[in-house]
Amino acid sequence: MSETIWLIPLIPLLSSVTLMLVGTRLKASQVGALGVGSVGISALLTLLLATEFMQNQQVIQLSLWTWMEVAGFAPGISFYFDGLTLVMMSVITGVGFLIHLFSTEFMEKDPSYARYFAYLNMFVAAMLVLVMADNLLLLYLGWEGVGVCSYLLVGFWYQHNANGYAARKAFIVTRIGDTAMAMGLLLLFTELGTLDIQTMVGEADQTWQVGATVPTIACLLLVCGAVGKSAQLPLHTWLPDAMAGPTPVSALIHAATMVTAGVYLIARTHELFLLAPIAMTVVAVIGITTSLMAAFTALMQTDIKRILAYSTISQIGYMFLALGVGAWSAGIFHLMTHAFFKALLFLGSGAIIHCLHHEHNIFKMGGLRTRMPVTFWSFMIGSSALAALPMTSGFFSKDQILLQAYQFPEIGPGLWVAGLLGALLTAIYSFRLVFVVFFGSVNTEPDKDTGWRMAVPLSILCLLAMVGGWFMIPVSEVFPASDGSHPAHWVEYVSISVPIVGVLVAYLIFYTGQLKVDRLANSSFGKSLGKLWLSGWGIDLLYDRLFVKPYYGLANKLKSEPVDALYGLIVTINQTLNQWLSSAQSGRMRWYIASMVAGLILVIMLAANLPEGAL
Amino acid sequence: MDGLNIPLNHILLVSSLLFAIGMLGLMIRRNIIFILMSLEVMLNAAALAFVAAGAHWGQPDGQVVFMLILTVAAAEVAVGLGLVLQVQKRFKTLDMDDANRMQG
Repeated sequence: MSETIWLIPLIPLLSSVTLMLVGTRLKASQVGALGVGSVGISALLTLLLATEFMQNQQVIQLSLWTWMEVAGFAPGISFYFDGLTLVMMSVITGVGFLIHLFSTEFMEKDPSYARYFAYLNMFVAAMLVLVMADNLLLLYLGWEGVGVCSYLLVGFWYQHNANGYAARKAFIVTRIGDTAMAMGLLLLFTELGTLDIQTMVGEADQTWQVGATVPTIACLLLVCGAVGKSAQLPLHTWLPDAMAGPTPVSALIHAATMVTAGVYLIARTHELFLLAPIAMTVVAVIGITTSLMAAFTALMQTDIKRILAYSTISQIGYMFLALGVGAWSAGIFHLMTHAFFKALLFLGSGAIIHCLHHEHNIFKMGGLRTRMPVTFWSFMIGSSALAALPMTSGFFSKDQILLQAYQFPEIGPGLWVAGLLGALLTAIYSFRLVFVVFFGSVNTEPDKDTGWRMAVPLSILCLLAMVGGWFMIPVSEVFPASDGSHPAHWVEYVSISVPIVGVLVAYLIFYTGQLKVDRLANSSFGKSLGKLWLSGWGIDLLYDRLFVKPYYGLANKLKSEPVDALYGLIVTINQTLNQWLSSAQSGRMRWYIASMVAGLILVIMLAANLPEGAL
Repeated sequence: MDGLNIPLNHILLVSSLLFAIGMLGLMIRRNIIFILMSLEVMLNAAALAFVAAGAHWGQPDGQVVFMLILTVAAAEVAVGLGLVLQVQKRFKTLDMDDANRMQG
């Protein structure tokens, strides 16, 4: 098995290429079988690999061929496989397979069925390359590959201008981070002479002291790349707009896998970050700030997918917090459980949107509990896990993060309190969603219920979201062990009880209505605060004013070619002179005579004014 | 030779006035015949100045040039009238502005 791990990314890639070349000539059932089957085979292979790995714990290094060789720089097409890779691959192929299956029903009526699966398979292949890469350059290839697929899929319904705009926004904003990341890679290469991750971290340990300048700069540049890809402050603005894509795409790319690539990158290069404590603190602060910012924003959204998008940003913020405080395995654990429950929530919202004539506004839904039972239970379980209610998967991972954040020196308790506030908000907004959409009166009648191709993935993900917390992720060999100390018991009790309080608050406000917030919401302060949160703290507007508008202005100026206008001036002068002179050639004799007389008078006057003896 | 003694300046003034009148006629008249006549007036103004100058300095050159101007004027009128006939024949008008065939 260990020699054939290259098959896992290759199969979806081949399927993608096939669909691109002959997809339009295949029947829809064949396209579906190819698209879902290829990822299914990858998932099976991953499962085999996982069972083998569980027995012998053997790290696999597989070098296929040398990509290029220039002056000692020889990145290979080579894969590296350890516990961390296994977790990522399981999420990508496993959740990916379920989402592919879901898509066959969701996209059934779409004319571009084959194109959809071609992109989706391509995405899976690129994401697998990203996590299996042995060196940072190959990782970067996968990194850009998933970026392109994300762009293509966000703009999948390109007939609408807004979708194309959202796709471009997603691509360009992440590109800002990617540029910084490329600079980081170049810096690492010039300093260490290799991009091979395992060799590199070994050399870094010997070359640099903890807290040295170069690793700090390199790590900060890598963080920029991670921030762009994982939609953290200040580059998070693309993710809510990326919801323009089909909902299964949001589930796969913008919740479960691609947006967590930044988390993976930092975890993969964690030995470098251990040399740069400043960079780690930056990661933690970015994470917790983003988490709170996005949670407040999610409270006010009315579009079901935007709520989930902001909650994704918020949850990735928790992962960043975990990485920043050195809780590596907790971060990766949260990545996995988040992939389960967020994919579940997104697919659930996809089912609702599918059955409710593409309705996105949660206040036009309502009372769907009895109409769509499978979806209702998906949301109940998914939201419980998202809110980290005890015994769900999200509880185990988030609890670990909060407890380890508490133990972080100096700012630890502060991070913990902020994290608790975020957890409270998470519980409120996720159950606001549940109560508004599934309880109360029916506002829009669904025209159908979910078919089996939607219900099966939802049920499996429900199961995973429930029991995912008991999985032992095999990363103890990858990350340094934590010191194993626990904070005082009261810290733990508070961490557990906060989400329950959040759910109660949501219950009182949005279900029974006993807790009146209208007065607060209708006061001028409440209104302006609500508006601010609805617009995501006005960051989009700020960027629009700061970057987009000036850029458009400059482009418009350049459109008229100011430099060319300078050369054009010579032409204009000549043309004007020519017009003057040619108008003198009028054929009117009296004008000729008059101008001759005028000239004569001029000459005589000049001659008369000449000084004495000049002639 | 002392019956009529007019100062040179006065004659030159008359000559200038004649020249100016001729030139003005040239500029404001549209009929080609009048233009030719204005030309004659200008030529004669110049001739008068020559004659006066010749008399003032007692030199014969002025009168020689006068004879020359006379012949030039005669030749000019001969050619000019020939042109007038052609213009009348082609354009059915003697108005020089109407005879303009340029677009500008």
